[in-house]
Amino acid sequence: MKKDLTRRRFLKTAGGAAGATMLASIGAPAVLRAQSDVIKIGHLAPRTGFLGPIGDYAVLGVTLGMEEVNAGGGILGRKVELIAEDSVNPATASAKAERLVERDKVNLLLGEISSASGLAIAQVANRTRMLFMQTGCNSDELRGKACNRFMFHIEATNTMYVKTVGRALLRQGMVTGKRWMALTADYAFGHDLLRVAQRFMGEHGGVFIGNEMVPTDVTEFSPYVLKVRQARPDLIVINLAGNQNPSFMKQYSEFNLPFPLAGGGYDTVMAWGAGRDSFAGIWPIVWYHTLDTPSSRAFTAAFIRRFGKPPENQAVGDYLGVKVLAQAMTELKSTDPLKLVEYLEKGAKFNVLKTREGYFRAWDHQMLFEMYTLTPKPKEKMADKWDMAEVSPPVPAPNEDLEVIAPTRQENPCTFA
Amino acid sequence: MEWIFVLEQVINGLLLAVYYLLVALGLSLIFSLGGIVNLAHGAFYAIGAYFTVEITRAAGFATAFVASPVLVALLGVAIERLFLRRFYQADPTLSLLFTFGLSMIVEQCLRIIWGASPITLAIPSFLRGQLFIGDFIYPYYRLGMLGVAVTAVAATWYLLERTWFGKIVRAGVADPDMVRVVGIPLAPVLTAVSGMGIGLAGLAGVLLAPISGVHPAMGSEILTAAFVVVVIGGLGSFWGVVWAALMIGVARGLVVYFMPAASEASMYVLMVLVLLIRPRGLMGERVERLE
Repeated sequence: MKKDLTRRRFLKTAGGAAGATMLASIGAPAVLRAQSDVIKIGHLAPRTGFLGPIGDYAVLGVTLGMEEVNAGGGILGRKVELIAEDSVNPATASAKAERLVERDKVNLLLGEISSASGLAIAQVANRTRMLFMQTGCNSDELRGKACNRFMFHIEATNTMYVKTVGRALLRQGMVTGKRWMALTADYAFGHDLLRVAQRFMGEHGGVFIGNEMVPTDVTEFSPYVLKVRQARPDLIVINLAGNQNPSFMKQYSEFNLPFPLAGGGYDTVMAWGAGRDSFAGIWPIVWYHTLDTPSSRAFTAAFIRRFGKPPENQAVGDYLGVKVLAQAMTELKSTDPLKLVEYLEKGAKFNVLKTREGYFRAWDHQMLFEMYTLTPKPKEKMADKWDMAEVSPPVPAPNEDLEVIAPTRQENPCTFA
Repeated sequence: MEWIFVLEQVINGLLLAVYYLLVALGLSLIFSLGGIVNLAHGAFYAIGAYFTVEITRAAGFATAFVASPVLVALLGVAIERLFLRRFYQADPTLSLLFTFGLSMIVEQCLRIIWGASPITLAIPSFLRGQLFIGDFIYPYYRLGMLGVAVTAVAATWYLLERTWFGKIVRAGVADPDMVRVVGIPLAPVLTAVSGMGIGLAGLAGVLLAPISGVHPAMGSEILTAAFVVVVIGGLGSFWGVVWAALMIGVARGLVVYFMPAASEASMYVLMVLVLLIRPRGLMGERVERLE
């Protein structure tokens, strides 16, 4: 028995098993229905991997949006159906997007969180002339060099995030003349965010002392914490994504170092994952569940009733995606993708659960809206375990144009071919 | 080059290596004695972490620290008696398939029960704080974990080298047929070794839970590292696995200081180098066909 299992055989069979897993991830298809009297939404989001927890909320948000639309009679008298798929990685996302368009004959593509996968889906959308409303990808590149006429962005772009948190940092005197170092997730989103952060800090007199690239599968951050300790910066800029944020925050708080944190990419589910004890720093956000506008309160209450827990910012993106498209299709009396594109480009206004309405910019399809900054809330003031953050007043201020935090034409080289 | 920081990185690397060691030891023992490659080993590490979360909520971390590895070990015993022992004399592919399937089932069960979001477990308050010696700073919890892990490894060594039970285990590794001929039943020994090995993985899960966050995919992450340790150390050798883990730890600590982007890759590069120079691993049994 022992002689039969040589090392060679062991490595061969283990290697085969690993290969099979990779194929298996292109997994089982979702439900398929062949009626044409329904409106089908093809939803893609990462449900596994380091963005998985955010993907979960995306699906909850789109589900609630779909149910509300159907409860109100559907779109143009037709019921809305959801085909939700796990996008896993860019290659799988591309394959599934194709399948949703060609085989399942969806009316639109919605969702995605990873900027790399978003890029892949956008190419499919452009080729098949299918509308893709992306709700979670932050990279400037998607609205910039890689923009295309069939992709719209409900999620804020890295420049908007950095300008929002940057204003707060400037007010606190944390930028001009300060030595700052970055920890960056080593993929499209991280690189993009680092570029935008460097641009902002450079424009305002910050002193860049170094960056550490962190592979996306790292879970042990203590080496990086020790590097931070070695560098002794005035500010640490966090460009990490997904699971990495709470892991880093927890391990950073273990060492109890005095250097302040700030970041350009944030999801509330990650702060909840880190726990109030470890949550630190100042972060930009598109929405928070304690926002006090009537529509926001109504959405939060409906979400809690439906799912038993409060929503977080990603859920809002996918929820709004459905509602915005429902409103657009109803007003246009059509589901034709090109007509929808023209309609949205005209600057139609939508309720985005804030004090001001949001609208899409015609030249890069980025939706403009208010944003906020978050800081940890003192424990005594927490109403419950989810209430971890103090939310700032809206940015830009009521008397400022929403364009103030958005990328300028100079910063954003988008042209629709 | 500032020595304090190099030292901190190396100690940190060793700490990580000791976790790998806890998981790799169990993996190596189960393979040496039973011939089974346990691809579900990482899943038990994850189960240990999740048990810790739940037991801490109910009865505090101290209870969880003791109860969780024991529960995982008992689970390991159950798995061995119900399933693994059917594969000892069978084609190795079967045990690979079974343990692979088991690992996926466990991961999805964890996801179903606890959700995909990472769960927080705070470091127990009596273990917070940092040790300061001049410029050297290191958290107490990590030092504590290092101590516990080293003790566990030492206890395993003692068990294997100095007790009659260990003698039977070593005889079973060397020549199982002879052991049976002599009249010593290997079945209970196999069960005990499986339980112990899986319990060690569970212990690693308990120790790491407050640090790296508990999520369903944590098992597969550590399994890859554990396999690399076993392959470098050589199949069938206790000290080989220990030395391999130490080498990986020191290498990682040094690489992360000079070239951080290469830190994850360092252990694979090490594995390639070791296999090229010495295909059986540091201290594995000689395999004639490869050398």
